[in-house]
Amino acid sequence: MDLSYSAEEQAFRDEVRAWLAANLPPEIRAKVVNYQHLSKAEFIRWHKILAGKGWSVPHWPVEWGGTGWNITQRYIYDEEFGLAGAPGLPPFGPAMCASVLHRFGTPEQKARYLPRIREGDDFWVQGYSEPGAGSDLAALKCRADRQGDHYVVNGQKIWTTLGHYGDWIFCLVRTDAAAEKRQEGISFLLIDMATPGITVRPLILMDGGHEVNEVFFDDVKVPVENLVFEENKGWTVAKYLLGHERMGSGQVGASKRELAKLRELATREQKNGQPLIDDPRFRDRLSRVEVELAALELTSMRFLDKMRRSGQPPGADVSMLKIRGTEIQQSITELMMQAVGPMAQPFVAVDDGAIDHFTSRLAPRYFNFRKTSIYAGSNEIQRNIIAKMTLGL
Amino acid sequence: MNFELTDEQQQLADSLAKFLNNEYGFEKRKAIVQSPSGLSESVWATFAEMGLTAIALPEADGGFGGGAMDLMAAMEACGEALVVEPLLDNIALAGRLVARAGTEAQRAALLPGLIDGSQRLAFAGLEPGRRYELTPATTSARPEGAGWVLDGSKCVVLGAAGAHRLIVSASTAGGSSLFIVDPQAPGVSLNPSRTVDGLRSADVRLQAVALEADALLGPLNGALPLIDEATDFATALLCADAVGAMKHANDATLDYLKTRKQFGVPIASFQVLQHRMVDMYIQAEQSRSMAILAAAKVDAATDVAERRRAVSMAKVKIADAARQISQESVQLHGGMGMSEELKISHTFRRLTMIAQRFGDADHHLERLAAL
Repeated sequence: MDLSYSAEEQAFRDEVRAWLAANLPPEIRAKVVNYQHLSKAEFIRWHKILAGKGWSVPHWPVEWGGTGWNITQRYIYDEEFGLAGAPGLPPFGPAMCASVLHRFGTPEQKARYLPRIREGDDFWVQGYSEPGAGSDLAALKCRADRQGDHYVVNGQKIWTTLGHYGDWIFCLVRTDAAAEKRQEGISFLLIDMATPGITVRPLILMDGGHEVNEVFFDDVKVPVENLVFEENKGWTVAKYLLGHERMGSGQVGASKRELAKLRELATREQKNGQPLIDDPRFRDRLSRVEVELAALELTSMRFLDKMRRSGQPPGADVSMLKIRGTEIQQSITELMMQAVGPMAQPFVAVDDGAIDHFTSRLAPRYFNFRKTSIYAGSNEIQRNIIAKMTLGL
Repeated sequence: MNFELTDEQQQLADSLAKFLNNEYGFEKRKAIVQSPSGLSESVWATFAEMGLTAIALPEADGGFGGGAMDLMAAMEACGEALVVEPLLDNIALAGRLVARAGTEAQRAALLPGLIDGSQRLAFAGLEPGRRYELTPATTSARPEGAGWVLDGSKCVVLGAAGAHRLIVSASTAGGSSLFIVDPQAPGVSLNPSRTVDGLRSADVRLQAVALEADALLGPLNGALPLIDEATDFATALLCADAVGAMKHANDATLDYLKTRKQFGVPIASFQVLQHRMVDMYIQAEQSRSMAILAAAKVDAATDVAERRRAVSMAKVKIADAARQISQESVQLHGGMGMSEELKISHTFRRLTMIAQRFGDADHHLERLAAL
């Protein structure tokens, strides 16, 4: 065994780090490390900077603009993003829709959509969940009825992250309401959000932020060539995509950066005339999170090594990275909020002399991060996956 | 980056697991635990034949010059079988102290017997009422003539009974020192006992024990860093031991969930139990990761702080996980989990004691804070 990175891997890490230091716009970084939401323009600006370097879609096939990096390099790249405070690109286009197109798309669909995703020309969002279909996704009702060379879509999607930025949305829709099994009547559609009949309504979360939306479809006409894979075979596509969604959910790099920030914060805060970090009660809780993060990092590296050697995807065990990663992120947000004590209480939308912006974001950040154990397959669903696939329960 | 065992490490682990499977089943282990000596000489001889006693010792002394990484998979196999022989106490504590601190004559006197399995050693470090403190205080040595006189008491000395020599830590005028003590020497008395998890230990009383000058092991007053290092090395191996015991707890519990029927169905069909089983599985995997980290760092840390940090982080994780896995495995077995007749209750006791040995989670959190 050898737990260290090779000289080549270390050199690659240095290269990514140096490039990020030189090219990540300070105002975008400031928003990330101060827990502010990025605007669409900022996402696109960052996407185009990455595309200019050829790094917007590292994991894609090389002929479509991928970098050809191995999985270790991709892990290092992601970790360096987290450490640097660089925003990850929203996964809906480059990671999710593109994965589906690479696997299931026709040559025409690939040629039409992939280059624009790579270059950041189209902002994609995801239309999966519905009011009655969350963890039980196959219960979805949003329907698409074939009429000549179009589908007519009617229904509602919910929790559409960044839906208000969306140019395009990929949706799971019901194309056969009479199918014997619920999973058999579902199709995967690509929908231009400028099409008449689409309404996006904000859902303001308890942190006061606008991040997710409801999307309503009212007789929306979608050309049949926007169907991906076969009609009524959308569940196959959905399952493939859900496997992708759990990858890299550990967020080791970002958590490392935030723990360092938390230490800094707890060194500055005073309790009984001493730095808070010297209070055994606080310090031990912080140390336990550091222990958990070290265990998560080592476990991620073990999975990575297994993937590298076997050439196989990591399987159901990757669910534990999502579970532990999100639990750690949530613990950090909680400790951050507690570290500032009463200063966590005032709600300020913008800078306000007495309270720096970072401090004012800590409680909202804690509120917001309750989402992490719910989204992308709730942590209970992840446990179901491990129970069934790994343990045979 | 590579998490694969070498061929040698894998072969050792495989042959040891095979041996333990055949010769160290639950009933055989029970007979060993209940025997007068509390260990099997033939098992010990096999350990020596397989090289377990030699791996971590220097080649110059007849060892293989390996480290914790080379022993990790083997320790895991021992953990799974709940081995009670004092392997850790010999190869990681006493043997390591002799190898690292001993003069050529001391090493030549003690290590060949340890390597070939004919003689065992034990490290007497802990003192009553002082918990996990490594610095000796109530045991002291004063110079007399060319030699030393040792007084005091040591507690929970694992593997003491039947040991050829004890390695005793004692306070000396300017610090801490180590001494090689013959347990048969006048003034040395052992009060042996069985531990709650089936090991053998003894309290050791030292009353005006006269030692020759060459009983001093290592630098006078300078033993603490050596004790600290050997304890970290042993803790890393204990973590691997724990991972093996966790594997047994989880395998047995999973099997029980699938076979035990209530309300007409296997209890594995209940989601509340499934999720608890998944959490046990995740804890075991996280523990394995930290055991690997600890082994890697005791072998190759660039400085003492890095080694201590890795070992203490691992021990915090393993203590927490050992507690959760052992408690849940008994709970999920229901009343059967409480029974002396099932191995799971023995694994519970072993994991409980592992969680505390060399310092519980609180102890290691405090050590982390001091780094």
